[in-house]
Amino acid sequence: MFSETIELRGHIIDSLILPKVLDQILTHGGNFKITEVQIGRKRADQSFARIEVSTETGEALDELMLRLRQQGAEVMERANAQLAPAPANGVFPPDFYVTTNQQTFVRFGGKEIEVTPAIINSAIAVDRKKRSARAVKFFDVKRGDEIVTGHQGIRVVPVQRATTHTDPFQFINNIVDAEEPKSAIIREIAEDLRRAHNAGGKIAVVAGPAIVRTGAGGHLVRLIEGGYIDRLFAGNAFAAYDVEHALFGTSLGLNPDVAIARGGHENHLRAINAIREIGGIAAAVREKVLTSGIMRACVQHDVDIVLIGGIGDEGPIPGVTTDVIECEKILRDKLGDVTHVILLATLRFSLALGAFLANNVKTVCVDINPPAVERAVERQPLQSIGLVTDVEPFLRELADCLSGSKVNQ
Amino acid sequence: MRELLLCPPDYYGIEYEINPWMSVAHAAEVSVAQEQWKQLHATLSKFCKVHLIAPQPRLPDMVFTANAGLTVGRRFIPSNFRHKERAGEQSFFAKWMAQHGYEVDWLPEKLYFEGEGDALFGKDVLFCGYKFRSDIQSHRAIAEMLGCLAISVELVDPRFYHLDTCFCPLPDGSGFWFPDAFDEYGQRAIREHMTDLIDVAPDEAMHFSCNAVVIDRDIVLPKGAPQLVTKLQARGYRCHELPMTEFIKAGGACKCLTMFMPQREKA
Repeated sequence: MFSETIELRGHIIDSLILPKVLDQILTHGGNFKITEVQIGRKRADQSFARIEVSTETGEALDELMLRLRQQGAEVMERANAQLAPAPANGVFPPDFYVTTNQQTFVRFGGKEIEVTPAIINSAIAVDRKKRSARAVKFFDVKRGDEIVTGHQGIRVVPVQRATTHTDPFQFINNIVDAEEPKSAIIREIAEDLRRAHNAGGKIAVVAGPAIVRTGAGGHLVRLIEGGYIDRLFAGNAFAAYDVEHALFGTSLGLNPDVAIARGGHENHLRAINAIREIGGIAAAVREKVLTSGIMRACVQHDVDIVLIGGIGDEGPIPGVTTDVIECEKILRDKLGDVTHVILLATLRFSLALGAFLANNVKTVCVDINPPAVERAVERQPLQSIGLVTDVEPFLRELADCLSGSKVNQ
Repeated sequence: MRELLLCPPDYYGIEYEINPWMSVAHAAEVSVAQEQWKQLHATLSKFCKVHLIAPQPRLPDMVFTANAGLTVGRRFIPSNFRHKERAGEQSFFAKWMAQHGYEVDWLPEKLYFEGEGDALFGKDVLFCGYKFRSDIQSHRAIAEMLGCLAISVELVDPRFYHLDTCFCPLPDGSGFWFPDAFDEYGQRAIREHMTDLIDVAPDEAMHFSCNAVVIDRDIVLPKGAPQLVTKLQARGYRCHELPMTEFIKAGGACKCLTMFMPQREKA
């Protein structure tokens, strides 16, 4: 949202200039907020109004300001942001501005530029020539880069709560506890995902190993096959258990398809070895070594797989990124255009990814552990739904809704 | 007796084009223009004291004295012309008014304002036109200088580029006007502050019928508005219809050729 503050003075009430200006703002797709108004008391007294005008794009705002100036509106001069050069690679100047995950604008050269991406805990680097403003992490910054310092010239636009009750993300009480009913909410989520999918939105799943271990993998495969998942983020273990299940029927030695099962604990190491031997997951699918499971479904349906490593990972499976800084870069890139994120039974990745999510990304967090849900949801208070539940019934119900069998109930 | 300022049309002619009426290819007949101006001068002299300012070469539009500025009491606020072609008139008018005992009160240079052409009193309200020639910001400054209520109205038809081409207040708080020359808000604002307005038909408005000089019960207006004249006569006004064809070629007529000294004794 781009905005300017204008002031109107004179006989703006008797001349109907104030209503004319407000009408012009609305008819040209803008919005306004009157922040101050003083009405003259005597006949010759002049009146005054200060109005905040906002529009969706910078161009629309420029055009609107041109019109309003003709009606006598004076556009308030705002201070430009202060900039200082980064003293060294990977070091910000003192007093650098630290971002939130809210939409942020920085003013330089008399114009506001949107900071992209809108991610938390970054500094803002400004490129005057390109007229761009980027949220940058320590690893991004090079000596001499111009970094915003202080708070002057910064405008933060928090997500507003919707005034109509059409968005489940904004009217459902954030967290649905274990003992509360979930079917209706899951149906709402399914509908929202369907709308997003049809409108060209990007849906990401962040998957924890419990999906495989609880036997919910098949439901996730149904979502992938339905085209509802664009990107899959997971750790080495998730991929290893999925491959193990595909190759040996177990995950970490347990067979989720059999009530009581015994299996080799070593199976997951054999699975990792098999993938390492063949050169990767995609190769394993191609060579028909991997003939079932979530990973195979992703490869077959062109779902972008992003695997992130960690200490204690076995293998790792080829394709897992183990360099921490590299992981951060990948997460930022791969989350930049995502509109919906479904965090499934993985506190570790939920929190890591949360640092790269803009505040307008709709987030669903499902975990059996209440504090895990609370921590994931608290960053996106107006754009997230948390469900405290086992991941298997959630995915089953969601896949049922989206595969058609439970729609419009 | 009311006093007026006129400027003889010695150097009048269509030498440039700064409004849709003007066409250098469509010149004014010099002798006819002079004859028409003399008739106006003679008519106005019957019930007013007429002052003349010396015309200047290369300032053909100086004949339109309404745009010299706005006079209230002994104060004269000179115009800041939008077009460079007319900017040279300013110093001659200001000097003449100062020499005749008026206090010259300047507007900030950056505010365009074209005098009585865009500022007409109707009862105790100063109606001000804006967009084509005057800036709305100038109205605020004038209202402050004079301590009066100024109603700013937006002009939307470039053929009626000054307020006095489409709006003529009468002494009793009524007036006649061509509503289509104003935007919807301007029309509402005028209706709110005036009574018994006479709407001038489009074909009569095109004859510059609203560009009239009103001296009490006498109205001097261009020929070509029989319906308007009938309505004004029915209200007890004496109408003096004058041929103005050669000045209409430059986008002006009776009122444009006249400035009140002063328009009002007090704002």
